[in-house]
Amino acid sequence: MSTILEVKHLTKKFDDNEVLKDVSFELKKGETLAVIGSSGSGKSTLLRCLNHLSPPDSGQILLEGVNINTPEIDINSIRADMGFVFQDFNLFTHLNILENVMFGPLRVRGLSKKQARQIAAAEIKRVGMIDKIDSYPAQLSGGQQQRISIARALALKPKLILFDEPTSALDPELTGEVLSVMTALANEGMTAIVVTHEMGFARSVADKVIFIDQGLIVEQGEPKIMFATPRHERTRLFLSNFVRLE
Amino acid sequence: MVSFFDYAIEILPEMLSGAWVTLQLSVVCITVGIFFGMILGVARVYSSKFIYWIVTAYVEFLRGTPCLLQLFFIYYGLGDMGLLLKPILAAGIALGINTSVYQAEYFRGAIQSIKPGQMVAARSMGLSKWKSIRYVILPQALRLVIPSSSNEIIYMFKYTSVAFAVGVPELLAQADLTGAMNFRYFESYVVAAIIYTIMVFAVAKIMSTIEKKVTIPGLQLAQ
Amino acid sequence: MEILRILISELPQFAKGTLVALEVLAGLLIVGLVLGLAIALAEIFGNTLIKFLATTLRKFLWAIPQLVLLFLVFYLPFDLNRMLAAIIALGLCSSAFQSQIFRGAILSIQSGQLEAAKAMGLSKPKIIFYIVIPQMIRLSIGPWTNEFSSELKDTSLAYVVGVVEIMRNAKYIIAYTYGNTAAVYLFVGILYFTLTRIGTSFFYRLEERLWVPGFEKRSG
Ligand SMILES: Nc1ncnc2c1ncn2[C@@H]1O[C@H](COP(=O)(O)OP(=O)(O)OP(=O)(O)O)[C@@H](O)[C@H]1O
Ligand SMILES: [Mg+2]
Repeated sequence: MSTILEVKHLTKKFDDNEVLKDVSFELKKGETLAVIGSSGSGKSTLLRCLNHLSPPDSGQILLEGVNINTPEIDINSIRADMGFVFQDFNLFTHLNILENVMFGPLRVRGLSKKQARQIAAAEIKRVGMIDKIDSYPAQLSGGQQQRISIARALALKPKLILFDEPTSALDPELTGEVLSVMTALANEGMTAIVVTHEMGFARSVADKVIFIDQGLIVEQGEPKIMFATPRHERTRLFLSNFVRLE
Repeated sequence: MVSFFDYAIEILPEMLSGAWVTLQLSVVCITVGIFFGMILGVARVYSSKFIYWIVTAYVEFLRGTPCLLQLFFIYYGLGDMGLLLKPILAAGIALGINTSVYQAEYFRGAIQSIKPGQMVAARSMGLSKWKSIRYVILPQALRLVIPSSSNEIIYMFKYTSVAFAVGVPELLAQADLTGAMNFRYFESYVVAAIIYTIMVFAVAKIMSTIEKKVTIPGLQLAQ
Repeated sequence: MEILRILISELPQFAKGTLVALEVLAGLLIVGLVLGLAIALAEIFGNTLIKFLATTLRKFLWAIPQLVLLFLVFYLPFDLNRMLAAIIALGLCSSAFQSQIFRGAILSIQSGQLEAAKAMGLSKPKIIFYIVIPQMIRLSIGPWTNEFSSELKDTSLAYVVGVVEIMRNAKYIIAYTYGNTAAVYLFVGILYFTLTRIGTSFFYRLEERLWVPGFEKRSG
């Protein structure tokens, strides 16, 4: 499989706070990468650096071999190629479900209304929400909103999708419906980076896991191996919190 | 530019006497406005059906008509019917009445955003309805009303300039007068604008200081 | 009733004055809307210098009484038509208020939605056009209706520079009929009240039509 994303020596500071210190990893097409780590370790910052919602300080981000961390790059076209799914959904309040999902193809990709509607309908069907097509975000449950926001990201036909704790704002039952959509997408070959506290998902769905602590990648590897036999003390400590819970 | 400064200095005494009238007129009508606004606001929430309808009709009608019209009605209209008031008095009454109906709305909003439990608690202690209003509801309403009320106060302060239309020698009238005497209207109005700006900023500063002084944690206007 | 006969015979005159008042109103609201929106956008999305300039402009326009600005514009060193002067001056004053309305509305849009649009690769102008403005309209239409009715009444201020609007109509009629001052002004009061009510009910209905779930409804 070809490498889609390669991150080299990425760093990011907020004032004196070094949030990312020399982060490097790579992602192959069709892979799902889970990023785990405790609160404040820099997971969100990492995702936000990748699409320049927070511009990184230094390092390289190679998207299909092209470094996008340079001033010359047209960041908007890069962002369109990297879907982003937020913890709190952030659907557009004034648009209904169909319009929300059509929005990317129509306003970002510049497709015709007809084409945009076709794409949107297909993506909404994929996340199992076709019966809610005329509803507004405020009329949906959190889980349903998150599924729509995944459809909205998919409708842009991105090269990869970044998920920032997509289930953290949800009740356990709603978490399940979102995770099953994500699992299905992963099995269909979606390329994704998923920041998550759902260790079950990381272990069984992800192809690769990164454990990040204080801005450093402490350990990365295959989930089954890392969860069973963590090499580092810090990883072991972090994972032990979840073992007790599960 | 130099000639503008000379001119500004030259007319300053007249302008300042106008500003002084503006200030006095504002104090009168704002005080009248808050006092009657409070009464009307309470009446719109707590009075009998009959009084409620009268007060509502009165407030809504006045809110639907221009201040200038109200001023002309009181000065020329009543004057025509034999009740000729001095311009300053007519302006004080008209502007006071005008601002009171807006204050009434703010008081009503403030009173209605106090939790019903407050009234229930007061009544259950054996306080009469009016005493509950006086000692429990109004003290809270007075604090809640301050932000919107102070906007109205600043607005009214500027709006006293309409009094010039019935010949009150306030700041705008003085600008008009000095402008006419010297054939330098534009410059006179520039001076008036500067003085108004300074005064309005000062009033706004005073109001925001008061606002900060009297806030109580947890007491907020319902959205 | 003599006065009723007079008022009825003057109805065409009042119709003309009302039309003039409405023209002034439409003009000043448009001036206020365009400038107010520009100020609001500049204060929120502009760089430090633009922000500072916009805020300063808004504060001055807010602090100067309408009548003073009206005379200032009227007595500008070059000749302006009376009505145009009124529209510009009242519009400038209105822009200070409208910008506050728009600013409040824009700031109450959830910042996450703007970030989501950004993350999709939308340019800033497109975000403003497709996300900010449509939501801002729905969020600001309530307070904007108040501004509308306040400005409708303030068209009467154009009287002082000689625009022949409703108050000027009244003045003429009072001047050539005697002893009817109060009655004429009462009639004019009813006229303004009716106009205000018609206008606000129109905007209430517009708000209803634009409403979608997720936006707060005004209680009334
Ligand atoms: N915009 C910002 N300005 C300043 N500091 C920030 C900013 N965003 C994040 N930080 C800091 O960066 C550090 C990492 O934050 P980040 O949000 O990436 O953590 P996280 O791993 O996503 O945590 P969580 O699991 O709670 O979401 C924190 O110390 C945070 O305070
Ligand atoms: Mg985070």
